[in-house]
Amino acid sequence: MSVDVIMPQMGESVAEGTLVKWLKQVGEKIERDEPLFEISTDKVDAEIPSPAEGILLEILVPEGETVPINTVVARIAAEEEAGVKPAPAAPAAPESEPVSATAQTKPADVTPVEGPKAAAAPASGRVTPIEEKERARVSPLVRKIAEEHGVDPTLVRGTGTGGRVTKKDILKYIVAKRTAPLTQAAPAVQAPSPPGPPPITFAGDERVIREPMSIMRKKIAEHMVMSGRTSAHVCTVFEVDMSNVVKRRDALKAEFEREGVKLTYLPFIIQAVVRGLKEVPIMNASIEGDSILYKRDINIGIAVALDWGLIVPVIKHADQMNLLGLARAAVDLADRARTKRLSVEEVQDGTFTITNPGVYGSLFGAPIISQPQVGIMDVGAITKRPVVVDDAIAIRPMVYISLSFDHRLIDGAVADQFMVVVKRDLQKPQKCD
Amino acid sequence: MIRCSAYDLGCVPYREAFILQRRMVEKLQSGSGEEALILLEHPHVITLGRSASADSLLSDPASLKERGVDVIETDRGGDATYHGPGQLVGYPIFKLEPERRDIRKYVSDIELALIRALADFGIEAGRQTGKRGVWIQRKKIASVGIRISRWVTCHGFALNVNTDLSYFEFINPCGITGCEMTSMQRELGVPISMASVKRQAVERLSEIFDREIVHGVHSNEITAFAE
Repeated sequence: MSVDVIMPQMGESVAEGTLVKWLKQVGEKIERDEPLFEISTDKVDAEIPSPAEGILLEILVPEGETVPINTVVARIAAEEEAGVKPAPAAPAAPESEPVSATAQTKPADVTPVEGPKAAAAPASGRVTPIEEKERARVSPLVRKIAEEHGVDPTLVRGTGTGGRVTKKDILKYIVAKRTAPLTQAAPAVQAPSPPGPPPITFAGDERVIREPMSIMRKKIAEHMVMSGRTSAHVCTVFEVDMSNVVKRRDALKAEFEREGVKLTYLPFIIQAVVRGLKEVPIMNASIEGDSILYKRDINIGIAVALDWGLIVPVIKHADQMNLLGLARAAVDLADRARTKRLSVEEVQDGTFTITNPGVYGSLFGAPIISQPQVGIMDVGAITKRPVVVDDAIAIRPMVYISLSFDHRLIDGAVADQFMVVVKRDLQKPQKCD
Repeated sequence: MIRCSAYDLGCVPYREAFILQRRMVEKLQSGSGEEALILLEHPHVITLGRSASADSLLSDPASLKERGVDVIETDRGGDATYHGPGQLVGYPIFKLEPERRDIRKYVSDIELALIRALADFGIEAGRQTGKRGVWIQRKKIASVGIRISRWVTCHGFALNVNTDLSYFEFINPCGITGCEMTSMQRELGVPISMASVKRQAVERLSEIFDREIVHGVHSNEITAFAE
C-alpha cells in the first residue's frame, strides 16, 4: 500500500508552503522520520520528515511550487509492499541518519556552506582505487557514500567489528574533512583583532553588574592558583645588553622580509632559551610524584595576551629550528591564537614558557609557572639605558629578563647558571651566527 | 521548565558557527543534546538565505571579498543579510514543544523578545505589517531567518547594536529595496555595551519562550568544535 505525503501545516496561520527542495529521488528508500523535503514560508525554512518507511514512488509537486497545506506532494510505497525492490542505491545499514550534503541551486561565485561540491572539491584527485582485500572492510553502503563524497574509505579508521568502517565512521570522516578546509578558507582579513572587554554601562540605578566568568577565565584562575600551590616559586632577574641582538636583527631583517616574515626580537630570545635548556637540562624537566622527568623534546610555550584572556601556544621541537623557522612559528602561532584558530595539540606539551610583557612596557615581572613545567622566563621592555662599559658611560639597548623557577627542583645557583647561558647567548657577537 | 544553556562565543566566523549549530541540532534531534542559545558576533559577512535572488546583492562577490566581506549561501529562510562586528547574533537551538509548533508564532515570539529587550534600553520598536523583523518606524533594527528541522530550530536573529550600517549598502536587506537600517547606537546616540544587550536578550527570550536560560560554558575551545 502507498502512503500519501502531504504539505504539513506548520502553524495555525500558515495556509500554504513553498516546496524548495526534494531530499530524496523517486526510487530511493526512505526511513520513517528521515528528512524528505524542505519547505519555505516567510523567513522560515523547514525540513519535513517522511511519514513512513518505504520507497519514494512518486513526486507530485516539483521544487519551487507553492501549494496549500494538506496537498499531497508525494507518495511512498510502504516497505512490505510486494514487487517493489529497493533501488541499488538504497541505504542498507540500519542507521537512518541521512547523508546531509544536499545540492542547491546557487548564484555564481557564492561559496555554499554545504553541498557535494564543497565536500568533494578538496578531496578531488585523492580517490584511490580500493584494493580487493580492503573491500572486505567496507560495506557497499559505505563505499557508495565514500564515492559520492570523493573520499577514500581505506583512509578511514574503522570502529566496527574487525576494524570495519561503519557508516558513522565514514560520515564523521567526511564532516571532519569538510570542516577542515572551511575553517582555513576564511581569509585573514575577516578575522579582526579580538573584541576588547566590552565597556560596562550601568543601566539606571544599577550599582553592580554580575557576570559569570568565561570558561577561559575560570581555567586561568584555577591553573594559576593550582600552580601557586604546587610550585615553590622563586624569581631571579638578569640584565642583558641587547646591542648584538639589535645588530643581528638589523642585518637579517630585510632578508626575512623577503621570506615574508617579520623578524622581532622574540626568535633570538627563544634561541637563547633553547641554548640554556640544552646546557641546563633540569630546567626542561618536571616533577611527577617523587620522580624527575627529563624531556628530550624542547617545546617552548609563548604566552599570548588576548583581550579576552591568555593562551600559550607551543613551538614544538624549538631546538630543531633555525631563526627563520622560529620566527615563522612564533608569528603563525600568535596570529592563530588571536584569531582563535589554534588546535588543541598546539597548546599542549610545552616544556618551558616565555612570556613577553615587555611589549606592553613592563620592565620585569615574576610570572607564575605553567604546570607541570619548572620555569618561566619573563622578557621586559628593551630600552636604551646609560650603562657603564669599560669605566665609561655608554648608551645601550638593555633588557631585564627574569626567571620564575620551582625551588622544589631547581636551586638558585642552577637557575642562575641557566640565566647566564641565556644572557651569554643574547650578548654573543654577530659573527657567531 | 525547559533548561537551556546560553553560549557567549564572542566573535566567530559564520562557517564555524554554522557547523556548531548543525552539530547542536543533530544532537538535540537524536535526544542526546540539550537546548542552547548561541550568542555571538560574526566577522563581516553577507549571507544569502533561500529566497535570495540575483538582485539581493548590490555588489559582486569578488569586490566584496576585496573589502573583507565574505559571501556565503546558507540554508535559512529569508533573503540576503549582513552580519558584522557590533551586531548581536542569536541562534536559539530549541526543540519546540507541541503547543509552540507554529513557525509564524516562533518568528513572532523572537521578534517580541527583541522588542522587549529594546524597550529595556528605552527604544520603542515594533513590527511592520507584512514584513518580518523588528522595526523602528520605517527603519529596520533586527532581522530574523530561521530553519526548522523536526521542530528543532536553528539560525535566528541579528540585532544591530553598534553595527557599522554602511555595510548594508552592499545588499537589498531582506529583499526590500531601499530598506533603511538602524542600530541601537544610532537610535540612542551612544555606543551600547554588547554584554548588557546580551543580558537583556537572554532575559526576554527566557520569559517569552518559558525557558530557564542559564549561562553555559563559554566555549573557548572554538577550535575544538571545528575539529
